[in-house]
Amino acid sequence: MTTKKNQPTHPLDSLVRTDRIPHIWCPGCGVGTAFSSCLIAMKSSGIDLQKTTMVSGIGCSARGPGYTNLDSYHTTHGRAIPYATGMKLANPQLNVVVFSGDGDLFAIGGNHFIHAARRNIDLTVVCVNNLNYGMTGGQVAATTPSLSKTTTTPQGNPEPPFNLPLLAFASGATYVARWTILHTRDLTKSIEEALQRRGFSFIEVLAPCPTGYGRRNRERPLDALRFYQEKSIIKNDAHPADIILDYQKGITLGTFVDVEKPTFTDIYEKTCRLDPAACM
Amino acid sequence: MKFWRVPLDAIEVEVTQGVVHIIEDRCKGCGFCIVYCPRDVLEESPHFNAKGYHTPRVKKEGACVNCHYCETICPDLAIYSVEAQPASS
Ligand SMILES: Cc1ncc(C[n+]2csc(CCOP(=O)(O)OP(=O)(O)O)c2C)c(N)n1
Ligand code: SF4
Ligand code: SF4
Ligand code: SF4
Ligand SMILES: [Mg+2]
Repeated sequence: MTTKKNQPTHPLDSLVRTDRIPHIWCPGCGVGTAFSSCLIAMKSSGIDLQKTTMVSGIGCSARGPGYTNLDSYHTTHGRAIPYATGMKLANPQLNVVVFSGDGDLFAIGGNHFIHAARRNIDLTVVCVNNLNYGMTGGQVAATTPSLSKTTTTPQGNPEPPFNLPLLAFASGATYVARWTILHTRDLTKSIEEALQRRGFSFIEVLAPCPTGYGRRNRERPLDALRFYQEKSIIKNDAHPADIILDYQKGITLGTFVDVEKPTFTDIYEKTCRLDPAACM
Repeated sequence: MKFWRVPLDAIEVEVTQGVVHIIEDRCKGCGFCIVYCPRDVLEESPHFNAKGYHTPRVKKEGACVNCHYCETICPDLAIYSVEAQPASS
């Protein structure tokens, strides 16, 4: 067996707090793959990592930023975007990446998400959507598919889920994509693009949570991956209102929105900062 | 690799060879790398690591094409590939 001392060095080790690895994520949990994709994209995008920060709220996914060697912030539940917004406005030079879960960003944090998108704050938001609240034992989330079983919906979820890319698009996001953890290359490329764009970018990553969601819906990690493989339909530029996430019909993946709009900072500078010449 | 028609440049094209490294202590035995390696290089080892997980091991020496897919799908930063030094030249 390989011992710690002569352990080979993984290419991402330079970006990771290796003393904290193995991480807390369960065997077959998809958060780790989404996290790796994010790190690979940060490395390959050429952004200055000394001026890059990762922010999260609370949840299993939200543990990601704490494993990076970058400046990172593990904030309070649902509030990753307000913290990230503050950092970006105080220091517009920073690349601010939010990496958090579906419950954190769209249930308790839903309002922060829509308003940051509406204002076009220059952030890259990566949401690991595992269809439930993993960390607290698999409760129903705003993303849980109809009729799925969770701890709080033992007879099946009576509610319809959010279509996250549509929500992001309708709120004003300038870059919107959805991939799964099986589509590692497309996912990494999308995060890379999002990092290079100015404006509010959103990437949804579908990922298995075998311990919370999987256990109650008879979905082992490899079943989830097979489902992604068999049911995915890649449709770049599809209108977000037309995309689906349905266990029978399929899952639409792709980059759906990629447009340019002035950011909050651009407009704020023009409208709210006093022109020094006018003060004289 | 089997082709229904041999590409005209098949002799000139050099397929990259890779060597896959497994960091056993980090592996949680999910099997993603084994199932999704496009060249079927890996298999589950009967041996288990300190945490009790069955790690992958190389089944087909020399078959890895250094595509890095195992490296990207692994949730645990436990496997990666590097280019092998070409045998000839
Ligand atoms: C104010 C507050 N309310 C509730 C909780 C309990 N709590 C912790 S994580 C979480 C949900 C996490 O779900 P998600 O963001 O989807 O993350 P996952 O664990 O699925 O990655 C909840 C409700 C909390 N920590 N703080
Ligand atoms: S509970 Fe779910 S999301 Fe949390 S680490 Fe385990 S598998 Fe991953
Ligand atoms: S690098 Fe590619 S070919 Fe080599 S073991 Fe990994 S997945 Fe298989
Ligand atoms: S993907 Fe990673 S954690 Fe899973 S079996 Fe392979 S090396 Fe182990
Ligand atoms: Mg979740």
